[in-house]
Amino acid sequence: MSMRSIPGIHSHGKTDLPVLKPFNARAAGEADDLLFSRWLVSIPGYVWFMAIIGLVVGPQFAWAATSYTYSDALEALVKWMPFIVKSGFLFNVLISFFAMLIGTFLGVILGLMQISPNRFIKVPAQIITQTFRNSPWLVLLFIVLLALPFEMTIAGVTIRIPDWMKAVFGLCLPIMANIAEIVRGAVQSVPSGQWEASESLAFTRQQTLWQIILPQCFRRMIPPWMNWYAILTMATPLCSLLGVEEIITLSRQAIEAENNRPELLVPFYGFALLIFFAYCYPIARATLALERRFAVKL
Amino acid sequence: MENNTWSDDQPIVSIQNVHKSFGALEVLKGVSLDVMKGEVICIIGPSGSGKSTLIRCINALNDIQAGSIKVEGLEVHDSKLDQLELRKRVGMVFQQYNLFPHKTALENVMMAPIKVLKQPKDEVEKRARALIEKVRLQGKEDAYPGELSGGQQQRVAIARSLAMNPDVMLFDEVTAALDPETVKEVLVTIKDLAEEGMTCILVTHEMGFAREIADHIYFTDRGVIVEHGPPDTFFDNASDPRTREFLSQIL
Repeated sequence: MSMRSIPGIHSHGKTDLPVLKPFNARAAGEADDLLFSRWLVSIPGYVWFMAIIGLVVGPQFAWAATSYTYSDALEALVKWMPFIVKSGFLFNVLISFFAMLIGTFLGVILGLMQISPNRFIKVPAQIITQTFRNSPWLVLLFIVLLALPFEMTIAGVTIRIPDWMKAVFGLCLPIMANIAEIVRGAVQSVPSGQWEASESLAFTRQQTLWQIILPQCFRRMIPPWMNWYAILTMATPLCSLLGVEEIITLSRQAIEAENNRPELLVPFYGFALLIFFAYCYPIARATLALERRFAVKL
Repeated sequence: MENNTWSDDQPIVSIQNVHKSFGALEVLKGVSLDVMKGEVICIIGPSGSGKSTLIRCINALNDIQAGSIKVEGLEVHDSKLDQLELRKRVGMVFQQYNLFPHKTALENVMMAPIKVLKQPKDEVEKRARALIEKVRLQGKEDAYPGELSGGQQQRVAIARSLAMNPDVMLFDEVTAALDPETVKEVLVTIKDLAEEGMTCILVTHEMGFAREIADHIYFTDRGVIVEHGPPDTFFDNASDPRTREFLSQIL
């Protein structure tokens, strides 16, 4: 039997000191469920500082030759800003709240269905989860937009379904599927000994799940849940394609009202970018801080 | 229970010709043993010999393919069995303690009687405090499992199991995961229990302890009981060569 050659023992090592490589807790190929928050937080501060300097100072020279200067464009932005924020961005936040609320509610149900011992509950739940998790969000939005009528009559009462409600419904579908995965993953991460101990204490499966397993995974679910909220908020401008009057739709209307000058594009959309960043960055920071805190104590 | 003719003079746990496989791997190949009320038996043997599987079959954590296991006359692997009736009678303590990490020691002990047996809370609390004192952990009632040592956690786990007032206690290698200095405190707790007349079935590697407290020792190897007998006969005059080889390696 041939022995494997171990550097430092059977042959010369590259160093004569023992080297312990850093331990990577994440197995290769395993998805990082907080990837978005990590990326957002990892953006160094100077990038944003330079971007703002670039936005304010740079184009002063570029457009200095034309009569409509860059500072005119910034002035227009300042004029429109309250309207864009109050009627636009707050509406994005509203959409994200509702989509998250409904998505979380449905996702928890779907996630619990996935861990059911009953195959007729489990398999459909898995199929639904994987379908919505892996579909492009925009496609889902369009399907919902076209599939839902603009008004519904239930028991003689006609309810109008505004476009933003359809957008909420369209966005909550992928959120639902991803929350379902978070719930499933968290429940399955609880050691099987907890199930066995509960079983031998005569707890039923339902009692074990609700009184012993779920209270333990609740904290583990919060960071990935917040991560998905930030992703969802970033995705709300997709609704502008459905004609929902959110920040991007209103920015476009404002630009049109200012005679569609190309000088307006960078400040207006740059402002939208900044405001999303300003909203999501603290969430990402908090997500990672919570994750670190929960990682220490079970 | 209706139709249950079990009485004290019959074995409290009766295992008859039990076969158990995991897929193609047959772990138990026809095991039989009887335990009388108040008896303490130890099951020893090399790892992989099926001792943990056997003990887990007694409270239906594992199912069996053939044979019969009766606890106080209840057929454990009867699909019509009321699981609650079985689990009320059989308590189990695990190698990894398996305490509920989000509950304090006291809450761990109180949880099952309140939620499962629906007993009144103040009565359960009184009993739970007494049990915690019994396992010598007074003062640790409000500590979370993460704040306790392995030995302390294991004693809370024993108290948690006792809170259900079981007639039989199963101990599945309860000291195997402990630091050497905390093994003793757990063994003392088990000894107290045995001396009070609790029927105990232990799977253990602590030979000295087994010899001290067991009324009967069973030696398993490759899914069968090779030899059994009272501790003195078993340890000093083992007849089977496999037993002798095992004991020579351990002692």
